[in-house]
Formats: sequence, C-alpha cells, structure tokens
Amino acid sequence: MKRRFRKNKKIRVIPGFHLTLGITVTMLSLIVLIPLASVMVYSLKLSLSEFFGLLTKSNVLYAFATSIGCSFLAACINVVFGVILAWTLTRYDFPGKRILDGFIELPFALPTAVAGITLSKMYSDTGVIGKPLAVLGIKAAYTHVGLVIALVFVGIPFVVRSVQPILEKLDGQYEEAAYILGATPSKTFFKVILSEMKPAILTGFGLAFARGVGEYGSVIYISGNSAKEHTQVISYVIMQKLNYIDYASATAIALVMLIISFLILFAVNIIQMKQAQRTNQL
Amino acid sequence: MNELEKLEKRKKSTRHILITVSVLFLFLMLVLPLLCIIASSLKEGFAFYMQSIRIDYVKSALKVTLIATVAAVVINTFFGLCVSWLLTKFSFRGKQVLATLIDIPFSISPVIVGLAFLMTFGRLGWTYPFIRAINQFFGTNIRIAFAIPGVILATVFVTFPYVSREVIPVLNAQGKDEEEAAALMGAGGLKIFFKITFPQMKWALLYGVILCTSRALGEFGAVNALSKTRGETFTLPLEIDALYMSGTEQSVTAAFAVSSLLVILAVIILFLRNILEYRAKTRRESR
Amino acid sequence: MLGDMQKSRKQQGKKTTYRYHITALLLAVMMLLLSGCGRQKSDVITITNVSYDPTREFYEAYNKMFIQHYEAETGKKVEVIQSHGGSGMQARSVVEGCNADVVTLALAHDISLIEDTGLINEGWMDQFPDQSAPYTSTIVFLVRKGNERNIKDWDDLIQPGVEVITPDPKSSGGACWNFLAALSYAKEKGYSEAEQKKFLKELYANVSVMDSGARGSTTTFVENGKGDVLIAWENEAMTVLKNYPGEYELISPTVSILAQPSVAVVDDNVDFNGTRDVAEAYLSYLYEDDAQRLAAENGYRPSNQEILKEYEDTFDLTMTLWSIDDFGGWDQAYKDYFDDDAWFDEIYNY
Repeated sequence: MKRRFRKNKKIRVIPGFHLTLGITVTMLSLIVLIPLASVMVYSLKLSLSEFFGLLTKSNVLYAFATSIGCSFLAACINVVFGVILAWTLTRYDFPGKRILDGFIELPFALPTAVAGITLSKMYSDTGVIGKPLAVLGIKAAYTHVGLVIALVFVGIPFVVRSVQPILEKLDGQYEEAAYILGATPSKTFFKVILSEMKPAILTGFGLAFARGVGEYGSVIYISGNSAKEHTQVISYVIMQKLNYIDYASATAIALVMLIISFLILFAVNIIQMKQAQRTNQL
Repeated sequence: MNELEKLEKRKKSTRHILITVSVLFLFLMLVLPLLCIIASSLKEGFAFYMQSIRIDYVKSALKVTLIATVAAVVINTFFGLCVSWLLTKFSFRGKQVLATLIDIPFSISPVIVGLAFLMTFGRLGWTYPFIRAINQFFGTNIRIAFAIPGVILATVFVTFPYVSREVIPVLNAQGKDEEEAAALMGAGGLKIFFKITFPQMKWALLYGVILCTSRALGEFGAVNALSKTRGETFTLPLEIDALYMSGTEQSVTAAFAVSSLLVILAVIILFLRNILEYRAKTRRESR
Repeated sequence: MLGDMQKSRKQQGKKTTYRYHITALLLAVMMLLLSGCGRQKSDVITITNVSYDPTREFYEAYNKMFIQHYEAETGKKVEVIQSHGGSGMQARSVVEGCNADVVTLALAHDISLIEDTGLINEGWMDQFPDQSAPYTSTIVFLVRKGNERNIKDWDDLIQPGVEVITPDPKSSGGACWNFLAALSYAKEKGYSEAEQKKFLKELYANVSVMDSGARGSTTTFVENGKGDVLIAWENEAMTVLKNYPGEYELISPTVSILAQPSVAVVDDNVDFNGTRDVAEAYLSYLYEDDAQRLAAENGYRPSNQEILKEYEDTFDLTMTLWSIDDFGGWDQAYKDYFDDDAWFDEIYNY
C-alpha cells in the first residue's frame, strides 16, 4: 500500500492524467465495450448447464483447440521470421529492400477473403506451391498446414512492425558497447539486443496470436472446415450457430473466446509493463 | 587483427543468410500471392482490367472505403495518442486491465463484431426504439446499421488498438524521466508532448497509422454484416466479394482487378511513408 | 502532492480547454457523419431486393426488364438495389434491420424466420402462385469431362475412392437441399431408416472438402481442381458449363429434390417505406412469360409448366423430384436432420 502511494505521488508530475483517462474510457466504452456488452447479453439466455453442455461438445472443443493451437504455432513462426525480417530491413542495405519493406502490410490491405481464396488456390494440389509440396507428400490445402500458413500470412505484419521501431532506435551503440566488452556478435544479439526487443516481440506475438484466434475470412477457404479432421476454426463454429439463428450459443462461444484471448493479452501486457518498469528504474 | 577479420567474415555470412531467408520468406508468403492476384486480374487483358475498375459500383465502393478509412485513421490516431500517453506516463490501479480491454478488438471474430453493432443499433438492438422515435419526431432518416455510419463504426472498431499498440512499446522503452523533468521545470502538457514525446514516437506512430490504414482498407468480415446494399454502402472488399461470388469467369477476373486496386492504394500509402522516412533520415544524417 | 497537482492543473488550464475544443470538434464531425446519410431521392422510387448468392445475373437482367415494364405501365421510375449473400445470412440481416422491401431467398425456411419476427405477415406463401416460388431448381452432379468415375446416380457417389465436394449443411442453407436430395434417393429406393443413415454416412464419408457455402464448393471443385464430383444446384452447374465450355459434364441423377427458392414482400418495411405497390408488382412480374423465360435462360426451371416445356432440352424433366413437403416441411426437416445431435451430426459424427 505504502509503495503504491509513493508511486502515485511520483507519477502525477506529468500532466494530462485525467484528460487522457477520460477520453480513453469514454471512447473505449462507446466503440468497444457497449456494443460488445449488448451482444454478450444474449449468451446469458443460456442456463449454466446448457452453457457447459455447449462448450463441452466435441466439435466446439476441437475448434477451440484448432484455433488456439494453430494460432500459437503461427505466431511462433511469425516471431522467428518477423525478427529476422525486421533485422534485415533495418540493419542491412540491399537492392529491392524498400520494395520488400512495402510488402509487409499487404496481408492487411488485402481483404481476408481474397487472401483466403488466393492461398487456397496456390496451396491446393494443382497450385503453384501445392504441386511441388504434393510431390514431396505434403498436403497443404485443406489440412492444418494450410491453416497455419494462412495464419502466418495474416500475422506477419504485427511482429515486423512491432519490432522495427525498437530496432531502429537501438542504433548500434549497444552492439558496440557489448563488442568492446568482448562479447561475440551472436552473444551480443541474444543477450543484449534480444532482451531489449523482448517487449516488442511479445507485443507482436500477442497481436499475431490474438488476431489468429479470431480469424475467419482467410482461413475458411483453405481449411476445408472438416469436423472429422478437426480443421474447423472457432469463428466457423460461431458462424454455424448464427446460421441457425442460435444467437445464444454463438455469443456464448464468443464469450469464452473473448475470455481466453483477454487472459492471453493480459499476460502479455503484464510482462510488457514489468519490462518497462525495469527500464524506468535503470 | 586476425580475430577481427574472422569476425567481419562471420558478420558478412550472417548478413547473407539473413537477407536470403528474408527475401525467400517474403517472396513465398507475400509476393507470390500478390503475383497470383495480378496474374488473375489481367487474365482478360488490360482493357478489361481498366473497364472493370471503372464501373459505378467500384467508384462508389472506393468512396465508401476512403471515407471509412479516413474516419478510422483520424479517430484511432487521436485515441491512440491519448491511450499511449495514459499507459506509459502514469501508473494506476487497473492499468493492465484497461490496456488489455483496448486490445480486445484484435482477437474478436469479425463475425461477432458485426453482430455486436447490429445488436446495438439494428432492429433488435436496444437503441433502435430511440432512433426510430427520433426519426418519427423530426422526420429524419437516420440509420446506423446498414448505412454508412455502421460501416464507419465497424471499421473504427477493428482498427481500434492499432496505433496505440505500435506506440506503447517505444514509449515504454524510452521511459518517462525526460517528461518528468520537463514537467518539474514547469512545462505544460502540450509542450512536453510536442517537444519530447512526439519526436520519440514519430516513427512508431507512423507505423501505427499505416497499419491502421491498411487494415481499414481491407476490412471485410465486420463490415459485411452491417452493409448490404451494393452501390450504396459497399466498401471495396465487399464489392470484390460480390464480384467473386457472381461466379462467372469475367466477374471473378474483375474481382481480382478490384483487389489489385486495393493493393495499389496500400502501396501508394507505403510509398509515401517510405519517402517521408527517407527524407527525415537523410536530414538527420546531414545534420 | 495536492499543491503540485493544483499548480499543474492551473498551468494546463488553458491548454486543456483547447483540447476539449478538439474533442468537441471530433464529436461534432462524428455526429455529422452519423446524421448525413439516408435515402432521399424524390422522383425515383427505390426498392431493395435481398436475395441469395447465385441469383446475381438473373436479377441484374430482371431488374432492367422490370424497370422498363413498370415505367411503361405506370409512368413511374423505379430503382432496384440488390443485395446478395448466403441465404441464411441474408435472412438474418433483414431480421436485424436491413431495409429490404422484398426478399427472394433460397428456401422457404429462411423467409419463415423473418415471418417469426413479425416483419412478414402470415400467409406470405399464398400471396403469390406456386407457393410463392416463381422458379424452381434441383440438385444435380457436376463431373469433369469424360466422367472417369462413371458417375450416373447417387449410389455411384458412395463407391470407395470417389471424392465428393458439397457444402456444409450446418453453415449453408442451400447445402440442406443437397442432403435432402440424397435422402430422397434413399427413400425412393425404399431403404429402411438404418439403411438410409448408412447410405448418407458413406456418402458424407466420401466428402473430401466441405466448404462453408455453395460458392466455396464450386471454387474448390472448379478453380482448385479438387474432387471428382460436385453436388450442386442445377443453375450453378449450368453457369459452370457456360463459363468453362467443354471442361465439365452435368449429370442428372434419377431422383432429386424440387428446390423452391421463395419470394415475399417484407410487409413491415414496405409499409414504412411506402413502397408496397412497387414491391408487389416487382414480385408478380416474376410470373409473367418474359420473366419466366429469363429465369429459364439463367438456369432456373420456370414454374409455369408450359414455358418449362419449351426448355425441355435444357432441363431433364424425367427426374423424380421429391418436395420438402414429403419431409414434413422445413421446420420438421431441420428438427429431424440438421439441428444439434440430429441425423447430420449422427452420420457425420465428430
């Protein structure tokens, strides 16, 4: 208690707390919370036993597992390639770099449905990439592989664009210092730079992951939506419920989805802020 | 000296490997799909391409898309600045919860977002009686769901956290000592913001705006639920969907042509950013 | 601390009001955007037709025809705004507030859903001839040129190794017709209930990709080259034949189902918009000879039997067609086959 009090005292030195808090809460409520609350009310129409009965249905459980598992995997892949990409784009100069840099946001600008259709075409057995993969015995479209590919596609800008500004700010001085102190480049990277980038990487990971869990348009064409092979994602199951005008079940699933992603994002936020506090104490 | 050479060599080889990996990844994941789209859009020749992006439906959709995007960017930039100031300069109880609530739009299924607005402003929504009463009383015809305001709201919703999420890590990494010092020396809020904070987060802000813009341009799922009339409230992604769903070979080609229009829009924005960034950097270096 | 805060507040007092102005301005702009929209064209009557996916071409052509006809008849100008999408989703959008004057959907069930909310008056099915279905269709097979698997009828689809493409009845209303068509075959053959289930189970075990909608399935089959046979609406299959001449064959099975896309006036909306006359004229005109022929040219079977005969080269009129009434109507069919833990869940078990 005492500590918090002291903190508070220190903080209010900077002006604008009440103003920004007011604006933030107002806009957040108007645009996000009130509409969400008005739809989530429908999930209350289910009794508790109905609610759990619905959630423990095997297709719902599998869809959750598929969505979360594939998004997690895709976010991990995105972190690896995203960091490499951000590094390459900020530290090296090579012909065509600017153009490549421009491509990063492409997944956003393309409507998800177009992305989904294009990807399913490319990765199906007769497609540009699907054909060589089929020769190798890998089936991409209509399997989990295809799902992960689609999620990597939609998630990559998050990681790259989160990491890039931090890398740009770390202008070589850390590396120089580390080098002078006798660290090898790889050691410098993993010990110094990576730890400096951690919050940004986490943000990117969290965003890519969260986006993947809710994704609909780009995955429905490539996933095949098979209940047997568990390639249905959670948004698809919601869509099925809505199609039967079952608002209660649809919103109940959405509510659970919301809680799960809230917890994940919450964890990411806490880690991020801890990190920030450490920076501030230095 | 020998040690240094070895190091240089290793640095060079990592450089090559990393560039190769990056280029390969980008090519496979992003460039190739784009090429596929462009190839599909030019299947019937360039004349057909031009013809299909010049029809009235596309023009109207372009207009709606631009309105929604501009609205989303303006609102979310303003909001993003407020939020990142709040979350990085102060600590207070419930801060993490607030931060997480702001991120919620990232993970909500677009299907539910559309439904949320319908259940607020649509015929089944609780504001509907009020809207209807106002319309009857004043003789106006205000509509939110299934009209432009609904499209704007949905776009703002899905792009809500984009700016703040880009700015916050940078401001966090920066710390707040400078602002505190300035405040103690008596500088006002706006002055602190423009003199200290803004220069720090300039590029992150720009990234955020770019992300927000491109996401707003391409939003489909949520808007789809709220916009049903072609030529009036359709955005470009909806128009693409409509063309694609018609199923004739020509309209599928036209759909890809319109998609490429979206991509071109995005590329123009990115190009502008690149110029800005490049200029600023050369200016900094020449100083 | 208190003194600090007061001081800093005073200092920013002026600037804060400045920011409040910005906020107020932003809000004002938002309000302006919110209010500045609405349909206001005085001399042209606008109606909105909410329809489903495959009817785009047909209504595009029909609207032109109707606008001309209506102007010639009454001297009034009409504009028709089209809306297309999955049938169930379209019905939902009307329930949720889309300002549709008329709905022309894939199944009567979707219109009943709107009726349940009170937007459409009871008895809409008798408002227009033939149960308010101006054109019908049926479910057929589309196979690749040469028909390598030699698919002739439903029982060829359950051969091991045949890859079938059909959408998910759980997410697409149109796909329910496919399921019922297969079931019609099993019933026509006199299978017992256990045998019917076994047949359907084997059929759906052969489904390699189950898309969320009919269009998605067509894409999977045509564009992505997946599967040996596509179970499709006759009009969709004909569109594919027209667009890809010489690449596909249409196979009519011996038994199928009479798919009746229904139309209705959305009473609540037309009364509010003052468009009842136009809306009713719009739907009645669908039964006129010209419109019936137009429907036939777009792959729909005209409900006018004489005009249907004119097109007997186009449509296979020898098929045995079951109707939804043979399954006890849509409500019963949904309860028996498609709801949670009903037949479909059972045969396509998770």
